[in-house]
Amino acid sequence: MTSETLVLSIILFGIGATGFVVRRNAIIVLMSVELMLNAANLAFIDFSRQHMDYTGHIYVFMIMTVAAAEAAVALAIVVQIFRARRVVNLDEINLMKG
Amino acid sequence: MIQAIFFYIFAGIAVTMALMVVSAKNPMRSALALTGCLLSVACIFALQSAHLMAILQVLVYAGAIMVFILFVLMLLNLSPQELGERRVTVRRVAGAYLIGAVGTILMLRVTKHLWAPSSTLDPDFGTVKEVGTILYTKYLLPFEMVSLLLLAAIIGAVVLTRKEKGDGQ
Repeated sequence: MTSETLVLSIILFGIGATGFVVRRNAIIVLMSVELMLNAANLAFIDFSRQHMDYTGHIYVFMIMTVAAAEAAVALAIVVQIFRARRVVNLDEINLMKG
Repeated sequence: MIQAIFFYIFAGIAVTMALMVVSAKNPMRSALALTGCLLSVACIFALQSAHLMAILQVLVYAGAIMVFILFVLMLLNLSPQELGERRVTVRRVAGAYLIGAVGTILMLRVTKHLWAPSSTLDPDFGTVKEVGTILYTKYLLPFEMVSLLLLAAIIGAVVLTRKEKGDGQ
């Protein structure tokens, strides 16, 4: 069952990466990032199980905290941009483009 | 045997939900699909005998983060024309193909080692007691630094969303 978990992790990561590249809605892009982090967690859990080592679990714990912090800050930025310019489409947020 | 059946059920749910996250036009629908995906991944964590991580996945991801995302989605209350995006562009097709190629290469590398013999499992592996003991002894410093990270994120989010004085809003 371990290799199947890795394959599932790759599939989920691929779907998340596709969403990150393809979608332009800022919140859906954020959710794609969460999907990719989750796929990485799955791989860590699987390797941890294979090697009977808890380091993978600790990594998953850290990744979850980073994901929570990242979601908080990113959503705050999205809310501020929406307040100022009424857009969530990432292609239209181009004020800093040279 | 029964574990394998459950694994395939939850894996199928997770992949379907993940596809819905990426393909749904309405962000609300994709947020709910992401919740389902995270919950089924939590079930797979439990099948991999990572019990504490499965509980944390439900509490932190499916609970806190998804409630936060749904809250912001409802706060923004996007209208259909604000949601509108161009459907198919060259970049999208190219990006999808690139990801597909990378995924296939990774898959080929992994499936070479398919059906690797799994070692016998200690029944205590992954319980709250075991992981907690490691977390509070060997990894105490990183654990404390994580709390600093969360504090920084809280302060950052509050400062970012604060309204300026005399903003008129």
